[in-house]
Amino acid sequence: MITFDSVTVTYEDSAHPVLHAVEAAIPEGELCLLIGPSGAGKSTLLGTVSGLVPHFTGGTLHGRVTVAGRDTRTHKPRELADVVGTVGQDPLAHFVTDTVEDELAYGMESLGLPPGTMRRRVEEALDLLGLNELRDRPIATLSGGQQQRVAIGSVLTPHPKVLVLDEPTSALDPPAAEEVLAVVQRLVHDLGTTVLMAEHRLERVVQYADKVLLLPSPGAPAQLGDPAELLAVSPVQPPVVELGRLAGWSPLPLSVRDARRKAQPLRERLATHTPAPTGTLHPTTDTGASTDAAGTTGVPGAPRTGVPAAPLAETRRLSLVRDRITALHEVTLTLNPGETIALMGRNGAGKSTLLNTLVGMHRPTSGQVTVGGSPPHRTRPAELLRHVGLVPQEPRDLLYADTVARECESADADTGAEPGTCRTLVSQLLPDIPDTTHPRDLSEGQRLALALAIILTARPPLLLLDEPTRGLDYAAKARLVTLLRELAADGHAIVLATHDVELAAEIAHRVIILAQGEPVADGPTAEVITSSPAYAPQTAKILAPQQWLTVSQVKAAL
Amino acid sequence: MHRSTPRAPLTNGAPPETRALLKERAPLSPRALLTRRAPLSTRSGALHPGAWWLWALGLATAASRTTNPLLLALLIAVAGYVVAVRRTDAPWARSYGAFLKLGLLVLAIRLVFAFFLGSPIPGTHVLADLPEVPLPDWAKGVRIGGRVTAEGMLFALYDGLKLATLLICVGAANALANPARLLKSLPGALYEAGVAVVVAMTFAPNLVADVRRLRAARRLRGRADRGLRGLLQVGLPVLEGALERSVALAAAMDARGYGRTAHVPPAVRHTTTALTLGGLLGVCAGTYGLLAAEGAGFGLPVLLAGLVLALGGLWLGGKRAARTRYRPDRWGARAWLVSASGAAVAAFMINAAGNYPAALHPPAIPLNPPPFPLWPAAATLLGLLPAFVAPAPPAPPTGTAPSPGTAPFPGGAGSAARRGAADVRQKSGAVRQEPGEEPAPRPGASRSAHGEASRHTPWKKRKPSPWRHTPLHRAQQDRGEPHDQEPTQ
Repeated sequence: MITFDSVTVTYEDSAHPVLHAVEAAIPEGELCLLIGPSGAGKSTLLGTVSGLVPHFTGGTLHGRVTVAGRDTRTHKPRELADVVGTVGQDPLAHFVTDTVEDELAYGMESLGLPPGTMRRRVEEALDLLGLNELRDRPIATLSGGQQQRVAIGSVLTPHPKVLVLDEPTSALDPPAAEEVLAVVQRLVHDLGTTVLMAEHRLERVVQYADKVLLLPSPGAPAQLGDPAELLAVSPVQPPVVELGRLAGWSPLPLSVRDARRKAQPLRERLATHTPAPTGTLHPTTDTGASTDAAGTTGVPGAPRTGVPAAPLAETRRLSLVRDRITALHEVTLTLNPGETIALMGRNGAGKSTLLNTLVGMHRPTSGQVTVGGSPPHRTRPAELLRHVGLVPQEPRDLLYADTVARECESADADTGAEPGTCRTLVSQLLPDIPDTTHPRDLSEGQRLALALAIILTARPPLLLLDEPTRGLDYAAKARLVTLLRELAADGHAIVLATHDVELAAEIAHRVIILAQGEPVADGPTAEVITSSPAYAPQTAKILAPQQWLTVSQVKAAL
Repeated sequence: MHRSTPRAPLTNGAPPETRALLKERAPLSPRALLTRRAPLSTRSGALHPGAWWLWALGLATAASRTTNPLLLALLIAVAGYVVAVRRTDAPWARSYGAFLKLGLLVLAIRLVFAFFLGSPIPGTHVLADLPEVPLPDWAKGVRIGGRVTAEGMLFALYDGLKLATLLICVGAANALANPARLLKSLPGALYEAGVAVVVAMTFAPNLVADVRRLRAARRLRGRADRGLRGLLQVGLPVLEGALERSVALAAAMDARGYGRTAHVPPAVRHTTTALTLGGLLGVCAGTYGLLAAEGAGFGLPVLLAGLVLALGGLWLGGKRAARTRYRPDRWGARAWLVSASGAAVAAFMINAAGNYPAALHPPAIPLNPPPFPLWPAAATLLGLLPAFVAPAPPAPPTGTAPSPGTAPFPGGAGSAARRGAADVRQKSGAVRQEPGEEPAPRPGASRSAHGEASRHTPWKKRKPSPWRHTPLHRAQQDRGEPHDQEPTQ
């Protein structure tokens, strides 16, 4: 269905090709997962299928890509619109019209299908994707998972033979991600659609894949093959594969169920051990730094209940109503020094609102919030920054200057820190970033590190991170984990709003689950996340009923 | 569809006819009696947006024919009532408030100008005597300061009120008609221009949201998040973001087939060009003929011929677009009634302007209360017709609990999510071990918030999902993956 015939893509301003001599043929009706580290050319490869590379993006394509027999060199993207449906990373950038029903019909209108057919297919798509209740809703009012489903539906109605998805679940909470993946799998099973999908969060998708296309590094030859075989050599691996390799299982299990079948001996071996508390373990990839972290923490892991330290921030029956919607409802929380808290819950549950309230962006409707002894919404920003720092969901919101060096200078000036403080921090996090780089040219992970360095320049004891691992590959995530552990060891309190259960399992001491603006669960990580199927990490599912959360815990115990 | 939840399962899937029947059989409350005549607005039954515009333009025409403040106030009240009972809670419907404020602003500006720059109306009731700024000879018609008379201010008030009424009528059309749907009714040849306008319209709100977000983010860097300086400093990042978004949108539109053209024989293409160009030339010549003193004889026929040619060109040009239209709005009987009511108000007012000139243009001198002309006022009330014949908007969500209509906690966001959270919630009593606090004695009894949660969230009100019987679901059940809950709607 899709064939890549020695495809090499070079962008105009770069010396090296992004893709080099990619050879692959994806048969009809397969769900093919495209994996590889950041910058390996995954998005470019997806772009060549829809013809957007090179017709829209520029650059040079050598070789040949054919989709359903059509050569993308001679067919423009709009002429491939009836065979390829593409959904990019940000569904909001994809919408042309303003309501769900019109959006589903838009592609068919462009193709000139007869009105009767359009009407029937829209109804089918509404049922297939479970959107009937939302059909007249303005798209802007939908949640992330709903928008992603509308985006998939909108490319589905012209009945394309190939569906190209770029990170369809990265921004979604675990249940919404399963919803989207269930739809994708249904398309493959029932309609025989060929799906090519790139995704960083392998633990969510790898079990559904029929084939894996691996791009090991930029310019390296691509490999297409059986998921289990390729994941064994892949630089990026989901926890289930990591655990399988650690335990020496062969063939490697890809789903939790396969792993559980093989896990009996491992469970027996582990029965005599107790898992070390989370938040203090050595990460799998690194290193000396975190050993120090574990050594200096004093009271490992557990929230310091015994130490009568003053809380860094407190909320008392905090409620927030905006536009007649209760965003937060009677939230009572205490954040202590040295504590790492993961804030979880579905999209729109109030996680970001809570973080924003802690930095004074919203004034509480009722109840109290104190950060560093004063209400944040009445504190001057410069003063507040000494008590609390927030890295927003989109780190580029914090970046205004046109070079990294200027960004650092202004951060020093804003916080009254010694000149050079910020630059030193940046160098620690990103060793090889030249001063002259434009912040927008950085990768997702680098941009996050830069924003983090800017916030850390003021040394706030309370650090808030909103969805920090969106768009990060496993290597970048491991670096972030190391860094956050060091900060926690220094006595920073860290609050992460995240959908990433593996991250929460790795570093959080305490997990709070929000639903409709209220905490519905609040307790030690192991207890909260293992009690919920949606929020349990893969290792916990495999080794249940024992409470192992991460592969690194298991590794340390063996 | 913004419907209160209890009614939704009853009517939602039903075709409009059944829905109407269900509605008819419902017990009649006073409110139901009021709304009974007009059906609830659905996609197929929605009023053509053009009808709303014609109605509003009719009211605006009427407003332009009078300066009587009582009639103008009546027109504003008529437009306001219709908006109040017939607008939806869609984003564009909120623009009415903005138009009201704009109208007030115009009125205020008009009064301030009249106060400080004087008024040509002579008067005897002096309100204030400002010092007059001496101006050179060449600025003879302009006055700054000087005597301010009550008559002058009254004249300015009448005049400003007329302008404000015009604006409010336009605002009413804006709030009642979906602008995107109006543009969808354009002829095929103009379609691409229409899409550009629609994209631009969704773009502006995004831009405003970006500015707000970035200004708020300044706080995170310890800078003031208010004030003009903050606004200026986020300008560049906002523009960069807007540019990136438009490029992404262009890519998405291209990949979805925007701009595909059908093959058109060269002969037709040339004919289209000739017709359009010739038509436009004809329109120009005809207009010139009408306006110039000596060409009155040939002006009108040439203008009409030009219009016909241009329309023919548009029609032929539409052949080139391979597009079809999904559920176009139909111009039905209700649309006729709505637009006719606007036209009637305009016609009566134009007629009245001839018959009762004094009542429709009450003089500012002498200072008297304006008369209330009965017949024109009665005619104005005809504009209320849409409040009874136009399809009613679906019932707005009630109560403060987030509902599917407005909430970021959407009903459709997956009952799996609810169930997941429900599991956690059930166990949370046991799990909740806050530092220094005894575990709750009994799961679920630890805090009244749990009761609250179950009241806000219809955990148990789940419809059986159509997914339940899919092959996919069975496959997953067979594989028995523990974390794979049933895929949800």
